[in-house]
Amino acid sequence: MIKFIMRRLFGLVPMLFGITLISFMVIKLAPGKPVMLQYSLNPKISLEEIKRLEKIEGFDKPLYAQYLNWLSNISRFNFGRSIADGRFVTQKIAERLPVTLTINILSLFLIFLIALPWGIRSALRQGSLFDKISTLVTFLLFAAPTFWLALLLMQLFCIQLGWLPISGITSLDFEHLNLWQKFLDLGRHLFLPVLVSALAGFAGICRYMRSNMIEALRQPYIYTARAKGLPENRIIYKHALRNALLPIITILGLSLPGLLGGSIIFESIFAIPGIGRLFYEAAMMRDMNLIMAEIVLVAVLTMLGNLIADVLYAYVDPRIRYKK
Amino acid sequence: MVASFVFLPCFFISSMLFAGDITTPDYGDAIVSASIADARTLVPILASDSASSEICSMIFNGLVKYDKDINLTGDLAQSWEISNDGLVIIFHLRKNVRWHDGAPFTAQDVEFTYKKLIDPNVKTPYGGDFERVKSFEIIDDYTIKVTYKEPFVPALSSWAMSVIPKHLLEKEDLNTTKFSRHPIGTGPYKFKSWKTQEKIELEANPDYFEHKPYIGRYISRIIPDESTIFLELQTQGIDSSGISPLQYTRQTDTPFFKKHYRKFRLPSFSYLYLGYNLRDAKFSDKRVRQALNYAVDKNEIIKIVLLGLGEVATGPYLPGTFAYNEKVLPASFNPDKARKLLNEAGWKDENNDGWLEKDGKKFEFTILTNQGNEERLKVAQIIQRRLKEIGVKVNVRVVEWSVFLTEFIEKRKFETVLLGWSLPREPDNYDIWHSSKTNEGQFNFIGYKNEEIDDLLTQGRRIFDPEKRKAFYQRAHEILYDEQPYMFIYVPDGLSILHNRFEGIKPAPIGIGYNFIDWWVPKAKQKYK
Repeated sequence: MIKFIMRRLFGLVPMLFGITLISFMVIKLAPGKPVMLQYSLNPKISLEEIKRLEKIEGFDKPLYAQYLNWLSNISRFNFGRSIADGRFVTQKIAERLPVTLTINILSLFLIFLIALPWGIRSALRQGSLFDKISTLVTFLLFAAPTFWLALLLMQLFCIQLGWLPISGITSLDFEHLNLWQKFLDLGRHLFLPVLVSALAGFAGICRYMRSNMIEALRQPYIYTARAKGLPENRIIYKHALRNALLPIITILGLSLPGLLGGSIIFESIFAIPGIGRLFYEAAMMRDMNLIMAEIVLVAVLTMLGNLIADVLYAYVDPRIRYKK
Repeated sequence: MVASFVFLPCFFISSMLFAGDITTPDYGDAIVSASIADARTLVPILASDSASSEICSMIFNGLVKYDKDINLTGDLAQSWEISNDGLVIIFHLRKNVRWHDGAPFTAQDVEFTYKKLIDPNVKTPYGGDFERVKSFEIIDDYTIKVTYKEPFVPALSSWAMSVIPKHLLEKEDLNTTKFSRHPIGTGPYKFKSWKTQEKIELEANPDYFEHKPYIGRYISRIIPDESTIFLELQTQGIDSSGISPLQYTRQTDTPFFKKHYRKFRLPSFSYLYLGYNLRDAKFSDKRVRQALNYAVDKNEIIKIVLLGLGEVATGPYLPGTFAYNEKVLPASFNPDKARKLLNEAGWKDENNDGWLEKDGKKFEFTILTNQGNEERLKVAQIIQRRLKEIGVKVNVRVVEWSVFLTEFIEKRKFETVLLGWSLPREPDNYDIWHSSKTNEGQFNFIGYKNEEIDDLLTQGRRIFDPEKRKAFYQRAHEILYDEQPYMFIYVPDGLSILHNRFEGIKPAPIGIGYNFIDWWVPKAKQKYK
């Protein structure tokens, strides 16, 4: 097993190399230039100034040289500085991580907490009124645009009822609160963002669980179990559920990069300083180092997520075993 | 839309009258404003985005600034003298000004700032105006002598650039210094804290050389979404913000807003235009450009797009300033005259298909504009419809900003562009209209060439006599409207809203933010500690 994991890990290196090479070239070959954006169309700023700034940033060098330079820096874990404000991109990402991670973990937890039992229930009562209504609800949630849902909830909870703050993650007097009040304040601010992001992800998992469960209940071993006269609860929660949960492992593995991904839409609406906005702005500004750091981060996490899912799969499913 | 207005200098047109009785102002409270973008750097000579510049303007001072009537007045400089030939400026600096850390401000700091502005390794975009300086001498701690290579009228206004402290930055690399997130200035507010993409907080500087500002704290909250800003206003979560024409006219016309807020309508310092690529044969004939101007109803555009909150633009100068020629009146909306002019220029509907042709080619062009600006898209569509009525086919193309600049504007690959320019308080617009500025990356991207304009703009930057300058720019205004290198469309109003617990606001031609340090909130109404 260890050997297998090591082999797979080493296999990731060339893949990562390929990903960075292709992304670097695609971004550089796309129209639009980096430094330009910050200073453009201001008659006070002359062409000579812009050319000088480009030279400071090294954009006047040939493409391959820029890539090799980036690669050699990155091999020493130096991801460079952002052109927007001259700060290290790792620092910029790090300061955005806590809030994004908190919201994503909470919402993932919420999603599984509600979607799994709900999906199972739907599957057990397939075709019933409950199943039909829950199908309708999940599809509605799936189709509802996040920003619209967010604005409606804000209108209700924050303006009409006045229970929750509208935006931001802390109140203006946050520093003067005691620990418990701080906790409460954060909770009040995070409630809607977590709810909205959970509502959006909920539908998918719920449908997934439902169809897995239906599929599992059709398997011959369930007939066998029933024929043996096992109690229904045991059939469902031991035999069927365990098998129906297997594909969920893949989903969990794949949601690893998602944990660090933000959503530009709801981060903007709730004024949350998350990762989504950071990278949206980086892309609009052609802030090369920042974009590349994000790509590396997501690529590594996606590959690791896949690997973890594979390993877990092998662990929980006796039918899958890697040959030594 | 500019989401935060307090420190954007603007004109005042109308609002309520402020019949405040004369009482002693109270200290305290805070103002919470909303900004759609976070600042990038608080090193003022590097800051090129409006969010950063706005915060910097609270923390730092320049040698000069604009007063409420848009005239240059002293800031860190108490007075100045300009030699008769216009080559030498001597600044007398204020004494007893201290940096927020207590160190005295002297001529050394000004020299340091100047040196950094012209340092090729510093990522400042503002070096241009300072390259014209021939020598910079410190006469004593509070006197500076700046000599220019040639007379340059806008030189004085370039010294509105914020001065940075030598004692703190001498050994730092300005491009990467930590100072950019912990600035120390001389201004009315001191930096307190900055939470990235959340808020920036400043506090009143008790030693400010004019006087201690009454409002104790200035908090800029970053809220990127305009609908969220509006929801925040509905719970009085923020005190000031820019608003859209729709919000100004309809959504804030409620008892709640009338009770808690005060609205301001001030012409913004900018205008919208349709620029013709004059290298294109279609647009080289002045009659064609005049015809297009007659065919588009600017008042209709203002009514639909701005809900009436703006005025027709007639040229590239700020209405109400000395350069603006009141005698230049907007052309009437007259499609018949437009058709006649186009006929004279050879454009006729030869095959009766409803479109004009010349030498067998249909009159068709594309309006290019940038993505993410609904107003511009609407304007383009209205122009499209109006020009269809006179037989000119218009296509509208929207392109992402960075691509728009590098692939189309820089390479001159456009027929017409719908864009805006800001209207600086200094009318010198040599870079936009002079025929020497048509090369790649320069700002006369439409390729306009007119000898008289060249001459007027050259004189305008060399001759200091205000009366003469007035004549130069007013004549330039007249020529530009007649020649129509741009179709000047509108000067939109800057719309903003402010919580009504603030007192001491005295609107003036420059806007309302100029006397921010005199704003105050009566003790009984104060909201924040």
